[in-house]
Amino acid sequence: MSESAKNAGGGEPALMDSGLEYVGVSRIDGPLVFVAVQHAVGYDEVAEVIDAAGHRRVGRVLDVTAGMAVVQVLEGTSGLSNQKTRVRFLGESLRINVSRSMLGRVFDGIGRPIDGGPEPFSGLRRDINGEPMNPYVREVPQDFIQTGISAIDGINALVRGQKLPIFSGNGLPHNQIAAQITRQAKILTGEVEFAVILAGMGVKHDVAQYFVKNFEDSGVLSNVAMFLSLADAPSVERLLTPRSALTLAEHLAFDLGMHILVILTDMTNYCESLREVGIAHGEIPARKGYPGYLYSDLASIYERAGRIRGKEGSITQVPILTMPSDDISHPVPDLSGYITEGQIVLDRELTQRGLYPPIAGLPSLSRLMKDGIGEGKTRPDHAHLASQLFAAYARVKQVRSLAAVVGEEELPPLEKEYLAFGEKFERTFLAQGEFENRSIDQTLEIGWDVISFLPKGELHRLTQAELDAHYRER
Amino acid sequence: MTNKTENAAPVGAITRISGPIVQASGMLSTHMYELVEVGAAKMVGEVIRLDGDTGTIQVYEETSGLRPGDPIFPSGSLLSVTLGPGLIGAIYDGIQRPLSRIAELRGPFIPRGEKATPLPLDKKWHFVPLVKAGDAAGPGMIIGKLPETPLVEHRIMVPPDQQGTVSWIAPEGDYTVEQEVCILKEGSQEYRLKMAQRWPCRVPRPLAKREAVTVPLITGLRVIDTLFPIAKGGTAMIPGGFGTGKTMTQHSLAKWCDADIIIYIGCGERGNEMADVLATFPHLVDPKSGRPLMERTIMIANTSNMPVAAREVSIYTGITLAEYYRDMGYDVGVMADSTSRWAEALRELSGRLEEMPAEEGYPAYLQTRLAQFYERAGMVQALSGRKGSVSIVGAVSPMGGDFSEPVTQHTRRFVRCFWALNSDLANARHYPAIHWLTSYSEYVDEMAGWWEKVDPDWREMRAKVLDTLQKEDRLQQIVKLVGPDVLPDSQRLILFISELIKDGFLQQNAFDKVDMYSAPAKQVRLLKIILYVLTRGHAAIEHGASLHQVSHLPCIQELLRAKLTIPNDHPEQFDLLEQAVRKQFDELDKESA
Repeated sequence: MSESAKNAGGGEPALMDSGLEYVGVSRIDGPLVFVAVQHAVGYDEVAEVIDAAGHRRVGRVLDVTAGMAVVQVLEGTSGLSNQKTRVRFLGESLRINVSRSMLGRVFDGIGRPIDGGPEPFSGLRRDINGEPMNPYVREVPQDFIQTGISAIDGINALVRGQKLPIFSGNGLPHNQIAAQITRQAKILTGEVEFAVILAGMGVKHDVAQYFVKNFEDSGVLSNVAMFLSLADAPSVERLLTPRSALTLAEHLAFDLGMHILVILTDMTNYCESLREVGIAHGEIPARKGYPGYLYSDLASIYERAGRIRGKEGSITQVPILTMPSDDISHPVPDLSGYITEGQIVLDRELTQRGLYPPIAGLPSLSRLMKDGIGEGKTRPDHAHLASQLFAAYARVKQVRSLAAVVGEEELPPLEKEYLAFGEKFERTFLAQGEFENRSIDQTLEIGWDVISFLPKGELHRLTQAELDAHYRER
Repeated sequence: MTNKTENAAPVGAITRISGPIVQASGMLSTHMYELVEVGAAKMVGEVIRLDGDTGTIQVYEETSGLRPGDPIFPSGSLLSVTLGPGLIGAIYDGIQRPLSRIAELRGPFIPRGEKATPLPLDKKWHFVPLVKAGDAAGPGMIIGKLPETPLVEHRIMVPPDQQGTVSWIAPEGDYTVEQEVCILKEGSQEYRLKMAQRWPCRVPRPLAKREAVTVPLITGLRVIDTLFPIAKGGTAMIPGGFGTGKTMTQHSLAKWCDADIIIYIGCGERGNEMADVLATFPHLVDPKSGRPLMERTIMIANTSNMPVAAREVSIYTGITLAEYYRDMGYDVGVMADSTSRWAEALRELSGRLEEMPAEEGYPAYLQTRLAQFYERAGMVQALSGRKGSVSIVGAVSPMGGDFSEPVTQHTRRFVRCFWALNSDLANARHYPAIHWLTSYSEYVDEMAGWWEKVDPDWREMRAKVLDTLQKEDRLQQIVKLVGPDVLPDSQRLILFISELIKDGFLQQNAFDKVDMYSAPAKQVRLLKIILYVLTRGHAAIEHGASLHQVSHLPCIQELLRAKLTIPNDHPEQFDLLEQAVRKQFDELDKESA
């Protein structure tokens, strides 16, 4: 393509085998390159940006007018010059190859192998933006996934096709929990083909290593595809990483009928990149500098989870996001919570008390739980027991704040019973080992053990028959 | 919103693309809010700004791949909704494309530029004429009827902008929506009416006059009907942070409220929630008629991952459908979930237009648009002479659950019911998490007349409940400081009765067959017994009984479970419960005397 270099700074097009190339750009600002163009560049088209040394970077068109295209450069603009940079427009939006042979491999944010292996064999190229799923064809997710973690299975059950994020904070064990879910997740009804896709946005090298090692040790690595845009990779690549991962997930789930668990970590880094690009682009920010379309943008990722009527496969998402200063009302967790079907919230206080997993009882919620549990799925008493545990634990929190004022000794007897229940609930029901895999039956039995610390008269949410069958008389 | 633009020549050419906003030149002949088709794929768009030769177009589909120079095709008409038989039971996207048809044609994902007619064109409807040749037919007059579903009689009306003398009317028989059924003559003007008509979605349909609201929209939710009622023709908002149960409450309303027609607008929300409605409604039975609920429901689903511009228009599409059925003389309930997503769509589009933002990036005209939307609710006398109503319940999703943000604050100015969801209640799984102290309804006085026919003491009982809960809140402040033990039993009784009200009355299980819907008679009976316990408990404690004795009467457990155990159609079972309460208190009085 060297012979295509024409007058610098002007931008006369030269027809290449796959697109038009311009030499020289008019402005470089942050990750954005402004190119004067003479042909009609498509909105959202992919461009190759080639620096003076001949290294290629991938970019994408953010804004086009008749004479100008704004290209967002994935690998960053460092080392680019106005004069020597060449930009080649490829005439289509960003696509990646997808195939089953990608399982067991590691890729960068746009699907290029980074594990030293060859390009995976593939005949299919897919637009990483996908197309919106028609809500009419969605099937309501209702197959219980047993994660072996009581705090999830018992009171915040995950179902196939759900998107259930982990709201965490820096220094909390969200990676361990994600790895534990990946290791232990299983469907109770029969054998199915199951695979995991991990999208890492801005993750640290050792975190990536942690996942690789963990998957290796548990022997699931050959069933895992990883898309990594590490912390030192250009921020713009992070915007494409989850989309590449979900494009592969859609192929595996809806073309090949597999059940896919997608772990997206860390969505906060993703949003930071979105803000960075938006501001560089001169957009009017909404809250805390994040662009006004943050909600729609997050939705275009999260809503790619689900099931389709008449198809076998499913996509279940467990996005992980760290709440800046543990603030759940920060725009990133806040908007995520409005889109996802519940949230698992990690609690710093529980961690400090040495409890794992530190899943906060009250703010955590699984919206699809009701459809996934009960007779024929888990156990008939599951729903009422979960509701009762919640209600009782909410009371514990009230009693604790009271005890903080008047002292435990001054509490009436019933309140003391609630304190005892609260302690048991946290120590035996919520807490468990990182490698402890509890069946749903075990989880519910522990639930009954702890709820029986309260007198029967307090348990309004359980039916008499359930109390008769399970309540442990003291 | 299909349009006859096949023959139209392109007027303009694209000069700039930025997300869903496209600028084009050569737009002199187009007008504001005209429907246009963009690019070779003929994607649907709407003209939202004209500046000389340059037009700005809001495109209702994903614009990726559009290029400068691509053509713009005019339609000559405003962005409109198709109205006619076949709407009920359908699920549309924000611009009224039938999602079921698109799924049949194109599979599970929605490709761009897809066109499908909103109404089935080949289906024949059994039309019965209601006028004869020579009759004068004014605007909005009903000229014929047909059974649209077993629940809904569809009334064919003269479009609001047409009138004349009937020169021909089709005889009773089976017709498709494309066949003419009536010809009107007005002077030299001739109107040929089909069963389907079109109406621009941003323009309210005309009406004869507005009427006062006097009848409550019964929802079956005790906290709403008894404490914070909404009128037929009224407006309400449900603000709440995520996980507080906005959508669950909206679903409950759509299922059980006693409107004739339900328009459910899923505006920028989750796809799985719409799937849930689609999966459950056909199996749920309307308590009045015993027919599946889907036979009175229209759904608009523009989920969060669908194009943002179509989300902006989806609430107008929904409200126009509602007005159409209102004009036939029906009570229509509109559930909009969530209006915050609609406001965010406005903000996003406004940002792309580079308009000057007001608060938190929202455009300054946010409040005007909100007012225009909520003012389309009302109890009216339609042009046809019939009475009909549109009630709007809008969910609001404030950022961070903070009710001081612009959408909540502006909406509050234009609605008369405020059902504030509370995250503490939701965390304790107290649903519906409508908080009794922060919520209000301005319809209480207007609705009292209706409720007093169910129970003459309704107003008093309602006041008593709120008063008790208010007192409890103050006592809780003390309890938080010094513990409950220092309070005298008479005050701890207030705490106890409040728990009884919360657990036994306000809290309602949306998945329990008996509890999911509470008929008005059941509501007042249940409340009456709870307040009776308050009165008797008070007297008993004054006469020396302890709170422990009162709270451990066996009838209390029975009363707590009564919402689950006594079905709507057997209110006489409350007699037994009432007798038990009376008897046990009588015995207690004897003991302590």
